[in-house]
Formats: sequence, structure tokens, C-alpha cells
Amino acid sequence: MSHAATENRPALLDRLREALPKIVLSPTVAIVAIFVYGFIAFTVYLSFTNSRILPTFDLVGWKNYENLFKIRAWDIAVSNLLVFGILYIVICCALGLLLAILLDQRIRAEGFIRTIYLYPMALSFIVTGIAWKWFLDPGIGLEAVVQGWGFENFKFGWIKDRDMAIYTIVIAAVWQTSGFVMAMFLAGLRGIDSEMMKAAQIDGASTFALYRRIVIPQLRPAFMSAFVVLAHMAIKSYDLVIALTGGGPGTATEVPATFMYSYTFTRNQMGIGAASAVIMLMTIAAIIVPYLWSELREKKQ
Amino acid sequence: MMKSFKLGVAALALSTGLAQAGDVEVLHWWTSGGEAAALNVLKDDLSGQGIGWQDMPVAGGGGTQAMTVLRARVTSGNAPTAVQMLGFDITDWAKEGALANLNDIAADKNWDAVVPEALQKFAKYDGKWVAAPVNVHSTNWVWANKKLMDELGIAQPQTWDEFVAALQKVKDAGYTALAHGGQAWQDATIFDAVAMSTGGADFYQKAFVDLDEAALGSDTMKEAFDRMTTLRGFVDDNFSGRDWNLATAMVINNEAGFQLMGDWAKGEFLNAGKTPNQDFLCYRFPGTQSQVTFNSDQFAMFDQNGKVSDEQAALAGAILSPTFQIAFNKVKGSVPARTDLDVSELDACGQQGYEEFKAASASGNLYGSFAHGHANKAAIKNAMYDVITAHFNGEYDSATAVQELVSAVQINK
Amino acid sequence: MSASSSASTGNGIARFILYTLLALFCVYYLLPLYVMVVNSLKPLSEITSGGMMSLPETLTFAPWQSAWSQAQVGVEATGLRPYFINSIQMVVPAVALSTLLGALNGYVLTKWPFRGSTILFGLLLFGCFIPFQIVLIPMARMLGLMGLAGSVPGLIFVHLVYGIGFSTLYFRNYYAAFPTELVRAAQIDGAGFFTIFWRILLPSSGPIAVVCIIWQFTNIWNDFLFGASFSDFDSQPMTVALNNLVQSSTGVKEYNVHFAGAIMAALPTLLVYIVAGRYFVRGLMAGSVKG
Repeated sequence: MSHAATENRPALLDRLREALPKIVLSPTVAIVAIFVYGFIAFTVYLSFTNSRILPTFDLVGWKNYENLFKIRAWDIAVSNLLVFGILYIVICCALGLLLAILLDQRIRAEGFIRTIYLYPMALSFIVTGIAWKWFLDPGIGLEAVVQGWGFENFKFGWIKDRDMAIYTIVIAAVWQTSGFVMAMFLAGLRGIDSEMMKAAQIDGASTFALYRRIVIPQLRPAFMSAFVVLAHMAIKSYDLVIALTGGGPGTATEVPATFMYSYTFTRNQMGIGAASAVIMLMTIAAIIVPYLWSELREKKQ
Repeated sequence: MMKSFKLGVAALALSTGLAQAGDVEVLHWWTSGGEAAALNVLKDDLSGQGIGWQDMPVAGGGGTQAMTVLRARVTSGNAPTAVQMLGFDITDWAKEGALANLNDIAADKNWDAVVPEALQKFAKYDGKWVAAPVNVHSTNWVWANKKLMDELGIAQPQTWDEFVAALQKVKDAGYTALAHGGQAWQDATIFDAVAMSTGGADFYQKAFVDLDEAALGSDTMKEAFDRMTTLRGFVDDNFSGRDWNLATAMVINNEAGFQLMGDWAKGEFLNAGKTPNQDFLCYRFPGTQSQVTFNSDQFAMFDQNGKVSDEQAALAGAILSPTFQIAFNKVKGSVPARTDLDVSELDACGQQGYEEFKAASASGNLYGSFAHGHANKAAIKNAMYDVITAHFNGEYDSATAVQELVSAVQINK
Repeated sequence: MSASSSASTGNGIARFILYTLLALFCVYYLLPLYVMVVNSLKPLSEITSGGMMSLPETLTFAPWQSAWSQAQVGVEATGLRPYFINSIQMVVPAVALSTLLGALNGYVLTKWPFRGSTILFGLLLFGCFIPFQIVLIPMARMLGLMGLAGSVPGLIFVHLVYGIGFSTLYFRNYYAAFPTELVRAAQIDGAGFFTIFWRILLPSSGPIAVVCIIWQFTNIWNDFLFGASFSDFDSQPMTVALNNLVQSSTGVKEYNVHFAGAIMAALPTLLVYIVAGRYFVRGLMAGSVKG
């Protein structure tokens, strides 16, 4: 008996030690299971009920979904998100990478410049929106100023133009986050092994080839972080749109985030709001999951 | 199931922190200088009675932000004691059984006699008083720049045609005729007055309150949309997205002739040092001289374990007291919610507004403004916004707009 | 990585172009700030009479003073001052906890992978996309049940919950590039799970910790919806006050005070950027030591 007990104890400790990583991870797993996936399940359920001001549990079948697709603003919102999301992610990544590479050239006053690129993230769009709105307004902003300099033919009235207003939102959104993307790439660059760089330089690789062949491939995880962050920002961009155009002119810059908020809270149509959230999540899943899948699987090899 | 959810909410309300006895926690969105200072009058009144005020302001979106917060607060079982609310929100919360019955204090202070019936429609639910009205804003106002009017020889227009002629005159003189901000609620505020003027009070009632499909789809409605197109021609190029106060500033700065806006615009004029009838004029939208379309801020009391607390009763009583009604509305630009007061302290526009409000109330011409959520519930109001704003921005012609209006109401009914 | 020496010793023209480019981007990023600063130093009448883009004719600091301690953000005219402390009480523990938890998670996921850990990470990431609109009501109910409704710990908890996904993402992707051989070698030397984390991974996490802290601090500090919904009359954070200052719907809009308030509200975040930014450089040094 005593023999068995002494043998058992280390085994137990070993098993505990083996399980330690999983134990460390378990609070996160529990939290995500309840507060993310539990809430998603709740929302799916709500989307089949006639909830208005508060959740109710009277099922109405597919009615909310049928109504959702009859609402013109929803079509506009979804196609706007596509245009906005693609432009925003591509421009932010390109600009962020460019700025990170430029800043990584042993720049004097790097800290100062970096802070200037980053600071827009710090400002809440509740107020920055006003500054942007004025700046883009042809009557008081850029157009008026440049015309004041004597360039009478200068026109910049996108924010008032139904077809162009969505691009002004891209401009302001890029302004806000590209600095942060730069920071992510900069962190990535600083994490790269310098041995490899030196070896390549000795081999006589040009600076351009160096970045294309060695640096950028190593930034792949940073690209993934940037993509997830930007996709998340694009989908959730609410303050920005409200502050800049309020969804206008007319309904020209409505996006799913403003649509969901408005139906769930302003219009007391929680059922339709939930249905739009479910469609939104399914669309995100269709785009994001394959990407994550390919990224994460390759990593495993 | 529904019931169990509500019971759960009620049980939570019992178990978690309600405001301490002797205090009221007030959720509201009056945070700008004047309004908040006026609310301080109420706070002081209560502290005189030994009741503390716990301030919970959440501004934004004309109260929509506060309503979102309210839902979270109620669901978590931590409802505030009193909440500022507008129109149909009060009815919706009363339906959920969340509001307290104020009948005792109402009977004591004789609210039934002094508060106009059109307001009682919102302040009462199922025969019970659930909210205390603070003020009455009216929305069918025209604000005109006196200097431009004198310069161009424009008298107060009495009819739609005279109004169009006046706008044309201002436009021809090289000014912006109509200062306007292209935001859905502002477009709807104009449409509110235009529809009332085009079809008259009966039409307004049928279309926007009863949601009668014949009225919504009628030629009168098309005419109203056509008039919106006419007005669109008098707005400057940069109107889209402009805040209402910047539009008011255009009138103040002699850049524009008219603005169509609720009586809160008056505050901007007064703040800029302008005097009613000397620097600016205020009158009802042509064709709605005898009607008043209104919205009214009220404080609804949340149920405290099935009854009204003493603090809530005191708060409700203080809100409808003559001193507070005058003190508050003097600052806010609106008029008192009771019809038996001496308003000589208000400015000229305020006095005129109060007389018109009382007259409209007596003659049955006091209507809740559909643009401000006092004719129908939020879903319908916003669905109408979508159509009106799309039409005003040229996405629909008038005939399509009428069709879309009918179908928007059908989907959201 | 250290900068390529060919560029740093390169000819003057390349350096000139480089600095010109950097300066041009500075202009782009600073333009809206120009509008805000300039207008925060003008009397209101100058703004409403149309001079929104020009420099102030009369310089005044009154708007700043007003935003800090006199402006009406509720019934009492307190300015933004009292709300700062509420926000700091919330943001410091929330950022610290979510960064630490993210680092631990990233460590486990990259250096101690187990069956299904990749899928778990995928699920964690997808959770970042949950729209806040649907979170609000069930979260309120959960907080009520946990007795955290309307309290600072409740707010910290909410921010922790919805911050974990991102902080894990940052650290996982950073540690993925960290040589696993070092970890295995330490293990053979008898170092335990936490010792390895503490002694080997954490010291070289400077750059990514900066990124993570910037992200979490900014998001939590600037969050409005959760802050407004899950707080009480005595725990409202700064953004709610700023919003109250700015968003009054039918009152006179004092744009100069709004801009002053907005810049003021952003100062703590800016401070974090400046202080934390140094660690980017330290990350560079760590890299060169490694090489």
C-alpha cells in the first residue's frame, strides 16, 4: 500500500504539471463560452421572436428575416460595408507597412513622429467627427480654404455627394487606425531575427529584395493581427459614421453597425435587430473563417 | 416565458442596489448649460425637502442613448428612480409594467384639470398617471431674419403660396432662402409642418396617428411631398448633414432668410444676443396658424416594489409646481405643461407660443408631432424618416415616396 | 530587427526623400488636430460667424478652463474633472489584467499546444467579431445576477471579457516567432511552466506589450456604450461626461469647449503612447542583443 502511495504522488503532480497549461487557459475558455457563444446563441433565439423593447420569448418563425430583406436600408448597409471594409483594410495595411518600414530606418526623432502617427487612435470620434465634418464640408473646410488661396475651380464636396460620401468615411477611418497598424508592423519588424538580415546583406541582396523576400514573409503573423483588428473595426464602425454623416446624405452611408443599433435600440425592433446581427455574423464567418483556417493550419506544420 | 423574464427582472430589482432611501436617481439627457441649470431648480426644491439628487445624465441622439442605457439598467435590476422620457417610450414602458402609479399625487394636485388632454394621452396609461410632464415644445415654427424681411419688404406669409413667394424673393436677392440641415429628423420636422398645412388637421390625424392607408397613399400626401421638393429648391448646396444650430446661425448671421425648426431654436437667437420681434421673428408655419404640433418631455417614475416611494411623489409634485414650470421653461425655450399659469416672465415668442398652445388645446387642435415621436411608436416614426429623407435627397420622386411610405408603415406596424 | 545598414549609410538624397515623406504624413495626421486646437482657443462667436479654419483672432483659454472644471455635464457644473478618477479606476486594472491574461494565453497556445488548441484560438478570435448591440441586454442580466450591476468591478469585468480575444491574438502571434528551442532548453534545465514565462518570454515582450496596452487602453478609455450602460450615477466614466458635454441635442453648442474637452480627455491615452512608446526602442535593443 505504502509503496503504491509514494508512486502515486509524483504521478499526480506530473499530471497536474501536464495539465497546467490547460488550467491557465480555462478561465478564458469559460468566459468566451458564456459571454460570446452563449450570447450568440441567445441572439439567434431572439431573432425568431417578436422582441421589441425588451427580449420576449414568443416565437414568430422567419418573419424578422423576411422583413429584414424588405428593408432597403439593409441592402445599402451591406454593400457599403463591402466597399468601405475592403478599401479600409487594404489602405490601412499598405500605409501601415510603409510607415513602419520608413520609421525603421534609424530615424531621428522617431518617438516624436511615431506619436504623431499614433495619436488619432487616442481621440474619441464623438468630437473628432466634428473636426472632420468641418474639414470635409465644402462650405467651410478644405474646398473653401483652397478656393480662398485663389484656386477657384478646386472642388471637394464628397461628403455632400450621395455616391462619394462613403469614401470620406474611408479617409477618416484610415486616419484613425493606420498609425496603430504601423505600430503592429513596427513591433513585428523589431521581433525579426537580425542574423538572417545580415546574412542576406552579405549575399548582396538589394534593399527591396531584402524586404520582399525576407522581411515581409516574416511579418505574416503581424498581417494576421492587423487583418483581424481592421476587419473588426470596419464591422463595428459606428461612432465614425454617426459623427461624420449620420448615415447620410439620405441613407447613402448606412452601415450594418448603424442599422443594428437603430433597429435594436432606437426603433424598438429588437427582433429585426437580432436577425440582422445573425446575418452579419454569418457573413463575417463566411469571410473570416476560411482565412483563419488557412493561416492557422499552415502555422502548425 | 415572457412572464418569467419579467419576474426575474422584478426579483433582481428587489435584491440589488436601489437608490438609497431619501434619494432619487434621475436618468436624463439635459446636459447643456441652460437646461441643466434649470434642472438644478428641481434639485434645490427637493433638497429643501430633505431628498438627495443622484444625477445620471446620458446625452445623445435626442434621448435615444439614454433609452438604451435605461434598458440595460432595468434588465440588470438596477432601474433609476425617475427617467426623462418622450411620447411613446412612456407608453411602451408602462406596457411592460415597469412604471409606478402616480394617481394619488395627481389627484392631490389636481393634474387632470390643469394638464391638457393631448399631454395626458402620454402621461397616463390605462387610466393611471405614470409620468409628470415638464414642458411642451412646439415644432411648427418659422424663424425669420427681421433685417432681411424689412430689406426685401416681406410680410408674414399667411399661405403656402405666399411663403413660396417670400422664399423666392430672398433667393433672388442672393441669400440662402431656407437654412436647413440635412438630417433625417430635421427633414421630418419640416415635413411635419408641410403635411399639416397641406392636408389640414383631420388629414394629419388620419395619416400619422391612425396610420390610415388611404390617407397615407392619398394625392394630398403626394402634394405634401411635392411641396417638399419645392422647399428643396430653396436650400443651399451644402445643407447635407449640417447640425440644426448651424442652420440657425445662418439666419442669425444674415446669411439666410428663414428656418423651420422647433422652439429650441430660440435659445440660439437669445444666446447670440438677439431680441424677438426686433432682430428675429417667430410665427407658425403658413397654413398651420391655429394648430400646434408638440413634443413634451416627461419624467416617468419606475416602480419601487409595487408602489410609489415618497421621494418619487415629492419629485413628481415638484415637477408640476408652477415655480419650476416657469423657471425651467424660461430657459428651455418651451412653454409650461399646465394651462393655468401667468407667463409674463417668458419672452415675447414664449408668451405667444403659450397663448397659441392654450388656444389649440381648447379647440382640439393640439397634435403630437409625428416627427418627434408623439404620434406613433418609434419603429413607424423612423420608417417614415427613411422615406422622407430619401425623397428630400432626391432618391425618390413624390409618387414613389407615397408608395414607400405606405409599405414602410405596413412592415413596421 | 536593426535597420538595414545600406539605407542608414545611404546617400543624402534618399535620406532627404525619407524625411520629406515622413513629414508629409505628419501633416495628414495633424490636420484634424489643427482644427481642434485652433477652435478650442477661440471665443464661440468667432466660430459661429464662420471662421472655423482660421487662426484665432482673440486668443482665449477660457474654453479649456470651462471644460475642465466649469462646464455643465449634468445638473451640476463640474466640468470633466471628477470623471477622470472614475475612468482611471476602471482602465488601469482592466488593461493590466487583460494584458497579463493575453500574454499567458499566447504563451500556452504557442509553447504548450495541445489537441484542439488551434481550434480554440480560432474560436477565441471569431469571438472578437460579436456585435456589441447584442451583448448589451444579456450582459446587463448577467451583471445583475453576479451582483456587479452599476459598479466599477462590473465595468472592469466587461472590458476584460471583450478584451481577451485581442490581447491573446497579439501575444500569440508575437510568441509564434519566438524560438521554441529556447523554451525546450530551459525545460531540460528544469525550469517550470511559470519560470519559463517569467524569465524567458516576458522580458522580450516589450514591443508587443506596447501594442497590446495601447489597444486596450484606447478602447477601454474611449468606450462609451458599456461605460454608460453598466455604470451608476457615481461611477460614470469620462467618455459619458464628454458625451454629455458634446451631445446636448437642443442646447447651445459650445464648440470651443467641446474641442478643449476632447483633447483633454485624450491626454491620458497620449501619455500612455509616449511613455510606452519607449519600449519599442527597447525591443530594438533586445533584438540586437539577440543577434
